Amino acid sequence: MVSGERKKNIRVITGNEACAMGALAAGLRFFAGYPITPSSEIAEVLSKELPRVGGKFIQMEDEISSMGAVIGASLAGLKSMTATSGPGFSLKQENLGYATMAEVPCVVVNVMRGGPSTGLPTLPSQADVMQARWGTHGDHPIIAIVPNSVRETYDLTIRAFNLSERYRIPVVLLLDEIIGHVNEKVELPDESELEIWDRIRPNDSPEDYLPYKFTESDIPPMAGFGEGYRFHVTGLVHNETGFPTNKQHEIKKLLTRLNRKVERYSEEIMQNYADYDDEADIGIFAYGSTSRSARRAVALAREKGVRIKFLRPTVIWPFPEKEVAELAASVKKIIVPEMNLGQIAHEVEWASRGQADVVKLNRIDGEPINPLEILNLIMEIAS
Amino acid sequence: MDYMKYIRKNNLPLIWCPGCGDGIVLKAILRAIDRIGLSQDEICMVSGIGCSSRLTGYVDFNTLHTTHGRAIAFATGIKMAKPELHVIVITGDGDATAIGGNHYIHAARRNIDLTVVLFNNNIYGMTGGQVSPTTPIGARASTAPYGNPENSFNISGLAEAAGASFVARGTVYDALQLDKYIEKAILKKGFSVVEALTPCPTAFGRRNKIGNGPAMMKLLKEQSVSVNKAKKLSEEELKDKIITGILVDRELPEYTENYNMLIERVGGSKS
Repeated sequence: MVSGERKKNIRVITGNEACAMGALAAGLRFFAGYPITPSSEIAEVLSKELPRVGGKFIQMEDEISSMGAVIGASLAGLKSMTATSGPGFSLKQENLGYATMAEVPCVVVNVMRGGPSTGLPTLPSQADVMQARWGTHGDHPIIAIVPNSVRETYDLTIRAFNLSERYRIPVVLLLDEIIGHVNEKVELPDESELEIWDRIRPNDSPEDYLPYKFTESDIPPMAGFGEGYRFHVTGLVHNETGFPTNKQHEIKKLLTRLNRKVERYSEEIMQNYADYDDEADIGIFAYGSTSRSARRAVALAREKGVRIKFLRPTVIWPFPEKEVAELAASVKKIIVPEMNLGQIAHEVEWASRGQADVVKLNRIDGEPINPLEILNLIMEIAS
Repeated sequence: MDYMKYIRKNNLPLIWCPGCGDGIVLKAILRAIDRIGLSQDEICMVSGIGCSSRLTGYVDFNTLHTTHGRAIAFATGIKMAKPELHVIVITGDGDATAIGGNHYIHAARRNIDLTVVLFNNNIYGMTGGQVSPTTPIGARASTAPYGNPENSFNISGLAEAAGASFVARGTVYDALQLDKYIEKAILKKGFSVVEALTPCPTAFGRRNKIGNGPAMMKLLKEQSVSVNKAKKLSEEELKDKIITGILVDRELPEYTENYNMLIERVGGSKS
């Protein structure tokens, strides 16, 4: 090692461990959770590490209360997170909706396993992508993030906190059993190099403070409980004061703003990786661990002389509608491999507006999609 | 005392029906807070869903109106994040012991320093008078049209068995006793419950032919027996009676203090 050079932080860790470490690096100071496979290691790591940095960990009596405690702690000023899997994610939905309505920053990790119901606790799946979008009732905005490696889980957990804090919205981090449990060698960045965003605090005096103020940015500055700002928070439709309203214009104004804020900042929220050959007829749209298989299949197909366009979102909600439309305009077919029955393929089809055919490649048997399965489909289409 | 100091006047009038006892409990809570001399900034009041839970909208503290049954869960997060806050949970019999029953007993088990004021009106008032876990057996409700076939909960007993530091039961008839219980509950380190019996003439009294608010108040008076007097009475004599007073007052380790000691032990207090 050259003198003065920083010692590299190289480790072999799982995605679940990377998630816990990323959360701590992002400033997590409160975690509430409930044991469930395959996410429990996130809670285990944080039960050990949080008190060492003065943070708080609690194993609650159930999934519902874990989500409630997370919202409470966030309102009291701490960066907060919970982690779960399929059945637990179902149980969190009501309070997840509360967090969208009351605009409480928090991160909800769902390490996806096979469903429905108890399903396949130890096997991977991507069948909760639509639940992440529409699992809670009512028209609501959401951000959902889909990392595809251990290192990316670390980075995107930090990003989940950043987006959540900046836009006052719960962010769902969708891992799957593969990413959660696979061990990979990673080099973690020095924490001083990280970009960390915090919630926007009010400049107003407590007397003038409106907790749901309509501002030019659509993001109301957020005070914490116990800081001299005495305000009210409710899951009822409310006006700028935070108190409930039944007035039509106030209802419309709030719900429009809530949904508009993600739409408006979608370009800043989304991150897509595109690797496009010129004049390709085939596109592939893949996310999460399946995108690793797709990436390999693309490399193998290129070796055989097939031109291809590969698009991978790291944020699945909001959906990269524009990028998919552009891809569809330039190719004849788009392959969408996923470990479900085609939940995102339908979204790709909708965004393609009939400009390209969408070809689904699905597995629901608890096994990951093999690169060769995707390669075979590419070669079949190419011939 | 000046009650209006604690009231968000812009949000009046209250939604509660004529004859409802919830306003009496509200005043008892405010008297207790005023007597202790707590500042409005150091109180966080958290409620669930139901008639009583609407209280948080009317009082000028840090206030949180949560989802049905989950007030104690949200309050747990707040208390852990800011242990210096006095966190008071406002809830009802359905909210705390049906949909939120799990949180109620586990918060008592942890003995986390929350004060729960549980408005027990023996019915789901806001949704129109459905049967609750404290509706007496045989009583009528909109979902028990032939009389309630179920046994009811002793919700104070539940908190005691689960490990609460302090449990008291009072009625809105004895409103001046009620504020003393609430005062003690707030000052008590640990999980404290004050079960406040409050009449719902609209959804319970009318359907059960007890009558209006005053008639229900009279009944509360007749049914109340102090905890000391109750010790001398037989089970038969205590049938249909409400045992009032301080039922539990004991010293037990408190959760947030325990957790802070844990942080100290692992060196986290330095960061």
